[in-house]
Amino acid sequence: MRKISAKLISETVDKLVIKANMSLRPDVLKALKTALSQEKTNAARNALSAIIKNASIAKKEKLAICQDTGIPIIFVEIGNRVVVGGNISDIINVAIAKSYSKAYLRASIQADPVFRSKKPSYTPGIVHTDIVAGDKMRITILPKGFGSENKARVKMLNPTASIKQIEDFIVDSVRIAGANACPPYIIGVGIGGTQDLAGLLAKKALLRSIAKGNRDKKIALLEKGILEKINALKIGPFGLGGKNTALAVNIQTYPTHIAGLPIAVNISCHALRSASEIL
Amino acid sequence: MKKLNGILAKNKIKDLRCGQEVLYTGMIYTARDQAHKRFSEMLRKGKKLPVDIKEQIIYYCGPNPAAKGKVIGSCGPTTSSRMDELTPVLLKNGLRAMIGKGERSKEVVAAIKQYKAVYFTTYAGCGALLSGRVKKKKTVCFKDLGAEAVFALEVEDFPLIVAIDACGGNIYDK
Ligand code: SF4
Repeated sequence: MRKISAKLISETVDKLVIKANMSLRPDVLKALKTALSQEKTNAARNALSAIIKNASIAKKEKLAICQDTGIPIIFVEIGNRVVVGGNISDIINVAIAKSYSKAYLRASIQADPVFRSKKPSYTPGIVHTDIVAGDKMRITILPKGFGSENKARVKMLNPTASIKQIEDFIVDSVRIAGANACPPYIIGVGIGGTQDLAGLLAKKALLRSIAKGNRDKKIALLEKGILEKINALKIGPFGLGGKNTALAVNIQTYPTHIAGLPIAVNISCHALRSASEIL
Repeated sequence: MKKLNGILAKNKIKDLRCGQEVLYTGMIYTARDQAHKRFSEMLRKGKKLPVDIKEQIIYYCGPNPAAKGKVIGSCGPTTSSRMDELTPVLLKNGLRAMIGKGERSKEVVAAIKQYKAVYFTTYAGCGALLSGRVKKKKTVCFKDLGAEAVFALEVEDFPLIVAIDACGGNIYDK
């Protein structure tokens, strides 16, 4: 068995909080630059130039890329030969609160969702743990802003649904989001499992690099086709019109029941922030 | 690019047209979900608001705290549509302009036209860039709301795009 100390986990969380919030993911930055080269109108070009400039200011001046520093979502894969020196969720939440406060990031969590009576705090984040084989631990943080989270959708399709019905649900989700969730978007899609798992898959799909398509060729083709349909909506950067409504569609699948086809869409804004490290 | 300064009286904004880019220098008040809720409850009870919103600009924004030596942290716009239901009453009470991101409801578009106001959008998701345009920040009220408190911001050359103009012209109409 390998012991991983609370201290090492805390230090890693701190690093990842800063990295995710202040340095735009390289795959996203690259896609934004490609998008800029494709746009012709002033409105779309100015929007993309501002987004790219914002990323460089954030990194240089140690500012959050976006003021919505999100609800911190943390994925932890723990090797079955690892012993953690303490309660993993507690260690992570304490580390997040410390890091957010130290880095002057926003406290956006309302502890009382119904009556909204509390002053916003940094935590709790949402911690997902998975046990995997091995003696390592992977920590991933995804600060998810709510402008785009509010546009998430789940639907239970029939198992006989056509590919077109699947595509339409995804494209409609983007149409509904319109200009509101900071386009150009990255579209996470979860297909299969159960209603709750589809939602989680859609979110996990956002963690995959947008530089390449799904490893399954047929799914990769589906992703490409849906992206074309989304871009035909012409919502464009900042919703001011243009060729780039979305930069990528990432689909993640899981086996499901013979009686159903759960599908979930989780939209990310252009400020898709995540960072990961293996201990 | 067109520059605008100071108080945005009706005559200053009446010629603005949707799609036009503007650099604004002057004062803006932040207010988002919970501040709007409180404002509308106060107005419903006939109370005076803690800020005089007449001829003012409200920015839908919950900024990040300022690091040492800085005025403010990242401070971009939040989604305007969440404020839709609580907006016409503010326009009726003299609010002149709003800054946010995304579309507005039919009711808000109608109220903008009726009261000759304007809705701007700005660089959405670019809070780091926008923070450089804020020169001063003061907490005005609702401190208990944290980032959702009302702050008075003095901005210089703050980039705006006219999204809905006083004639009802709407950049998001396809
Ligand atoms: S949708 Fe994303 S980029 Fe836009 S304000 Fe929210 S977190 Fe920031």
